[in-house]
Amino acid sequence: MTIETKPQVDSRSSVTYTDARLNANIPAGPIEQKWSKHKFEMKLVNPANRRKYTIIVVGTGLAGGAAAATLGEMGYNVQAFCYQDSARRAHSIAAQGGINAAKNYRNDGDSVYRLFYDTIKGGDFRAREANVYRLAELSVNIIDQCVAQGVPFAREYSGYLDNRSFGGAQVARTFYARGQTGQQLLIGAYQSLSRQVAAGTVKLNERTEMLDVIVIDGRARGIITRDMVTGKIESHVADAVILATGGYSNVFYLSTNAKGCNVTAAWRAHKRGAFFANPCYTQIHPTCIPVSGDHQSKLTLMSESLRNDGRVWVPKQAGDNRAPEQIPEDERDYYLERRYPSYGNLAPRDISSRAAKQVCDEGRGVGPGGLGVYLDFSDAIKRLGENAIRARYGNLFDMYERITGENPYKSPMRIYPAVHYTMGGLWVDYNLMSTIPGLFVGGEANFSDHGANRLGASALMQGLADGYFVLPSTIGNYLATGGYDKVDQSHPAVQEALNEVTQRTQKLLDINGTRSVDSFHRELGNIMWEYCGMSRTKEGLTHALKLIPELREQFWNDVRVLGSGNELNQELEKAGRVADFIELGELMCRDALERAESCGGHFREESQTPDGEALRNDDEYCYVSAWEHMGDPSQAVLHKENLEFENVKLATRSYK
Amino acid sequence: MKITVNVWRQKNAKTKGTIVKYNVDHVSPDMSFLEMLDVLNQQLIARGEEAIAFDHDCREGICGSCGVVINGYAHGGQQATTTCQLHMRSFKDGDEITVEPWRAKAFPVIKDLVVDRGAFDRIIRAGGFISAGTGSAPDANSTPVAKESADLAFDAAQCIGCGACVAACPNASAMLFTAAKVSHLGLLPQGQPERKTRVLNMVAQMDTEGFGGCTNIGECSAACPKEIGLHFIGRLNRDLLGASLTGGSSVD
Amino acid sequence: MAAALTLYRSTIGKKAIMALSGIIWYGFVIVHMIGNFKIFEGAEAFNKYSHFLREVGYPAVPEGTILWVIRIVLLVSLVMHVLMAIQLTRLDVSGRPVAYKKKRTKQASFASMTLRYGGLAILFFVVYHLLHFTTGAAHPDFEYGNPYNNVVIGFTAQPLTAVFYIVAVAALGTHLYHGVWSALQTLGLNNRRSDKLFRGVALLSGVVLFLGFAMVPVSVLLGIVK
Repeated sequence: MTIETKPQVDSRSSVTYTDARLNANIPAGPIEQKWSKHKFEMKLVNPANRRKYTIIVVGTGLAGGAAAATLGEMGYNVQAFCYQDSARRAHSIAAQGGINAAKNYRNDGDSVYRLFYDTIKGGDFRAREANVYRLAELSVNIIDQCVAQGVPFAREYSGYLDNRSFGGAQVARTFYARGQTGQQLLIGAYQSLSRQVAAGTVKLNERTEMLDVIVIDGRARGIITRDMVTGKIESHVADAVILATGGYSNVFYLSTNAKGCNVTAAWRAHKRGAFFANPCYTQIHPTCIPVSGDHQSKLTLMSESLRNDGRVWVPKQAGDNRAPEQIPEDERDYYLERRYPSYGNLAPRDISSRAAKQVCDEGRGVGPGGLGVYLDFSDAIKRLGENAIRARYGNLFDMYERITGENPYKSPMRIYPAVHYTMGGLWVDYNLMSTIPGLFVGGEANFSDHGANRLGASALMQGLADGYFVLPSTIGNYLATGGYDKVDQSHPAVQEALNEVTQRTQKLLDINGTRSVDSFHRELGNIMWEYCGMSRTKEGLTHALKLIPELREQFWNDVRVLGSGNELNQELEKAGRVADFIELGELMCRDALERAESCGGHFREESQTPDGEALRNDDEYCYVSAWEHMGDPSQAVLHKENLEFENVKLATRSYK
Repeated sequence: MKITVNVWRQKNAKTKGTIVKYNVDHVSPDMSFLEMLDVLNQQLIARGEEAIAFDHDCREGICGSCGVVINGYAHGGQQATTTCQLHMRSFKDGDEITVEPWRAKAFPVIKDLVVDRGAFDRIIRAGGFISAGTGSAPDANSTPVAKESADLAFDAAQCIGCGACVAACPNASAMLFTAAKVSHLGLLPQGQPERKTRVLNMVAQMDTEGFGGCTNIGECSAACPKEIGLHFIGRLNRDLLGASLTGGSSVD
Repeated sequence: MAAALTLYRSTIGKKAIMALSGIIWYGFVIVHMIGNFKIFEGAEAFNKYSHFLREVGYPAVPEGTILWVIRIVLLVSLVMHVLMAIQLTRLDVSGRPVAYKKKRTKQASFASMTLRYGGLAILFFVVYHLLHFTTGAAHPDFEYGNPYNNVVIGFTAQPLTAVFYIVAVAALGTHLYHGVWSALQTLGLNNRRSDKLFRGVALLSGVVLFLGFAMVPVSVLLGIVK
């Protein structure tokens, strides 16, 4: 594969966008210089003046925690919020495998440019070049920062940092802390945040859920929250608001996300005017533990790093019910190695997931219900010994055994794809600002860097790049540019938002119907997985667009939320979130229907090559879909931000 | 399977709680303990009773949200397992299971099985960090860290802050939690400049929160889902005594 | 001074005081046990040893000085040990105001769970033991300056007293089995590598001291010492 680059001249003037609000504000100049140049050109806030500005940060995961801590360090007056009982529990904590950085400590040919290229290609050429280049550039600083904070990354006997390889890359650039990299990075950010809380620059509000954005004169000026212990609904005003509230995989009910992960903050912002970009881009992770029954409440991911040493296979013969050990070598189909010889078991997530679905659709799936494939470590155990495998993946193997009751050292793991990450999110410009001025969005909650598919070990990188480095710079520019008045709690817009939230909460309690919140959520999840999951068709999506509004209607007439609003009421919390998921589900299906091409995690059956690979349509769909709310998801208006590739040539993504 | 659960129900922090008995039918051995509570809650909602409140989030044993005392054991007594990872296959048909919240003065009950673990956050705020401002870091490989130190630091850093150590301790002591954080940062070269003030401030905060003292019984470590070793408490003691004798100063 | 105050205020500091005072008593009971073995050399040797304890250091210091210094050090240690135990127990009990309906332990040793009660039993025993063999107030036929006889008569006249002694030193052995390891851990001397060794030292201490101390009343009861 060759990388073609254009001569390094600025040609952004040719960029078209159909709506002035979709100006991505990408700085001019060669891609290597855009960020430094932009940092120089941005206005700064004098250190002595920073404490006069209040910044709200919603979410305390990698992006939110890092942003709140850094803004606090800089001297801003920060108000941070999380729904968990402690900032340390945000779902970034569950990321297992690692974090990419273009350090090239392995001397294996890595560079910022290669990481940039891999990420663009991994995203199936549906991400913005300038953002991705900046991400690759900052990846290097992230590792430095985390080590300085005391993150105990894996090390070699020399004392230097260790690396491993990950899906979609042919270099070893992934830094890791056993199988708990997300946990360690989050604890690093949480500790920095704690330091600022102690210093008084950050006020942290735990067990507090954001339920609306306050928009005054077209700018985001605060949020409405509900204290989840007392039920008190309150307003908070500020000069700028950052949402770092994660992704919306739980729209599928079953996903690898934490039970509390929700779209409410992003959806409320969308309803107040923030465009929602690429909602249909969801990532299905190939290595999750299969569903065991109707009681299933969530799915558990087994790190992709397992594919470094595990081999994926199914029986060649459909309906082969023999135990895996009894299936001879020549009757096994190592389908990833067969179909993608150069990447083999490390083929990117979307490709591996779809391949698993295909073999299961052919009746060659294994385990109960035939929805599973083997991930086999017997070769690696033979080659390296059980102890070496235990040292690498011990905690993952233990987790697998706890959940399934099977010993993966003895027999192969069974895995199946599950929804894991959402590349879509609120639309943001190069400054990570949404279409509501003053409303910034970081981490998984925005759409910016992963295009139509995210490579492994890139989510942690993006969250921390946004939080530690991008947002603290770009927010200063916004504040210094000014142009808005001071507001306080008495402003009519604040009162109006407060009233709306109060009424909505009361409405949920007043319905007093017959069905539990969970039953609606499960039903929505089934619709989404069936029609807007691993593969999508026009008919299916059209059908889903009939079912979802009906479900919404039923929800608002028949949901049963017991208890009151002025106490800890977990059913009430869930009800508000599910109501938003139902609306989002509809928008996702509309987006998936509109994008009649296959790209990355979005696979339209109508658009595939003769051998079943995704077929992109760059002539018609090389854009970001940005949806504007118009009162109802069915009325949402599509705006397009055209994607221009100046450095990378659009190519068919091949991992063969 | 059929299971009987005796659950602690408490409306809020101000009211008194009590144990309530519930029968749960159709329990599958593949369910997690929390999924069994989900099933029970669906039954309660159908009957018009309020669901049992319990903390949970990731349900894969890493966020540290969940945690109840099951039949007298924090997290249910299975080695290296959080409540969410405990599966019903470790119980038998007809079992009677008692479920209670963490009990400690420093962890007041908020509702049913939900407790306030803010004391842990306050201990971290007292000094559980390395003051490395964003942007000030040198190249990550500029300071090699012996693999053994990094691995041991990681062992301590795995703490998920669930509070099982406090719940299991006969004295409701938070020594293992504090020891894990002090050791994690104290074992790394980056953590040395603040090592003494860190341990003094964190222990002072720990004592202020109203946790009991450590009598080295070891129930904390046995209940810890991350199997954090008791030897870290020895390390904390060493650091604290050393720091106290030098008045927290690192220079003669 | 500030450091001492910080220590005294923290639970770890209080425990360090307990550990140090406990180690002083630990040293004392070892010496005491070895001294007791003199009884097997006969009345003369035992009484001579007893006399030696009073006059050790003479003429450098007046007779009895060293003995009193030791007594004062032991008394202060005992008072601190007990005082810290009371303070820490109060803290520990207040750490969990609402008890569990059902609570079990996974690995806790009997010794670790009963440390306080064992300590209390030992405290009563020490008081009785002083009244019994040192002042003679609790002795049926006390003769000042003839400890050998006092021991033999003390146990033969009241065999139940001998049984009480055996139970008390069993409590001491149990107390030390957890206490010695715990003191080393509290003083921060323990680490991953030393842990097994220290547990072994603690077990050995408990067993040897129990056997060593129990040997005297048992021997008297069996008529080996008469």
